[in-house]
Amino acid sequence: MPKSLISIHDLSKEEIVHILDLAAQFEQSPSPALLNDKVIATIFFEPSTRTRLSFETAGNRLGARVIGFSDVGNTSVTKGESLKDTIKMVSHYADLIVIRHPLEGSARWASEVSSVPVVNAGDGANQHPSQTLLDLYSIRKTQQHLDNLQLTMVGDLKYGRTVHSLLQAMSLFNAHFTFVAPPELVLPTEYKHFLHQKNLDFIESCDLLPHIPKSDILYMTRVQAERFPDPIEYEKVKNSYSLTAFMLQQCKPNMKILHPLPRVNEIADDVDNTPQAYYFDQARNGVYTRMAIITYLLDQTK
Amino acid sequence: MNIDNEKKLQVSAIKDGTVIDRIPPLSLFKVIEILGLDHTGNQITFGTNLDSKHLGKKAIIKIADSFFEDEDINRIALFAPDAKFNIIKNYEVIEKRQVAIPEHISGIAKCFNPKCITNHQNVKTRFTTKKGKEGISLVCHYCEKITQTKNLQIISKS
Ligand SMILES: [Zn+2]
Repeated sequence: MPKSLISIHDLSKEEIVHILDLAAQFEQSPSPALLNDKVIATIFFEPSTRTRLSFETAGNRLGARVIGFSDVGNTSVTKGESLKDTIKMVSHYADLIVIRHPLEGSARWASEVSSVPVVNAGDGANQHPSQTLLDLYSIRKTQQHLDNLQLTMVGDLKYGRTVHSLLQAMSLFNAHFTFVAPPELVLPTEYKHFLHQKNLDFIESCDLLPHIPKSDILYMTRVQAERFPDPIEYEKVKNSYSLTAFMLQQCKPNMKILHPLPRVNEIADDVDNTPQAYYFDQARNGVYTRMAIITYLLDQTK
Repeated sequence: MNIDNEKKLQVSAIKDGTVIDRIPPLSLFKVIEILGLDHTGNQITFGTNLDSKHLGKKAIIKIADSFFEDEDINRIALFAPDAKFNIIKNYEVIEKRQVAIPEHISGIAKCFNPKCITNHQNVKTRFTTKKGKEGISLVCHYCEKITQTKNLQIISKS
């Protein structure tokens, strides 16, 4: 079976560092024609323009040709074709498949029936490993290293899959975590057990401001109204987890703010012009990281 | 009648076959279902709510002329972790086999996550077993979610 990237757990610490090193090389020379003879398929069973454009840019920058679909409305998929049959077909056309699918576990299944590497670009609420790798890349780039950092995660820590994957990956680098969330959206116990098992300390709080001065990274996430059964509860908390430039007065000079975009009102516009704002650069790093993932997997498959 | 004879009668009432002992009474029908005994033509007798030193109450199944592979034996581990398989030849117990909880199980249980691919397409379920405070739980190989024993639904052996 070719090497695929389905879950962040598929990668060892060494492999993660290797992929980040590759991404750094691509940032230095962003258009190496390494994959002139390759075809990459991006098959998106649900729309995600941001992720698809990032992968397709990565493929094009590497010199590969990109095929695919992003709308299942007109394909055989809506006529009831199984995922297995679609993957079997596409893996005869392409050298690597990028898949996004609303069902959880779909990407793992795809990798088991595919004859070429598969990259998971999101399987429902489960995994989205390229997002995690680009977060790690952004953290390492802004802090020069990944070890022993103070990481404060804010917002929807219950449903936010980017938070769960990132905390698991950062646990390999001995991070110190602070989790800031409204009581309705606190981190699920299974992740707290995970950190206990790894002997990593963490703090939980529902108050953001006191934790800003010590943080190296502030990882903001969307607090979505639909997570609250009672709209009044949402109105009460929505502003207590939004960041303004005023709140950054005491922060460390190296501190950076990350957000897996799109944002709603978690970060005020006046933060955009502070030296701490990093969320737009984060998106650009996504292309280098995805170039690194694609080349790494194709290299392993040779 | 001494205790030895009584014991012998309980487990040796078939000439050749298998006696499954130490099944928790509440798991009896799950075990029958998992082993596909509801489809077999062989002679089967079972008893339940029998006194047991180990479990308080237990159930027993006797299947004539039927023998099980280790894989089958381990299939019932989730529901009857203490079960013993007694293999009977000519009214004698010739071998006793203990259930072991397998590290991986596939195709026995359903994933509890309604959004899991295995609940929508023709994909055989696969799990890693995990022992915890509340018994055994299953981590789905596909969606990575956890199914607790109390939420377990069985896929019958076809
Ligand atoms: Zn599942």
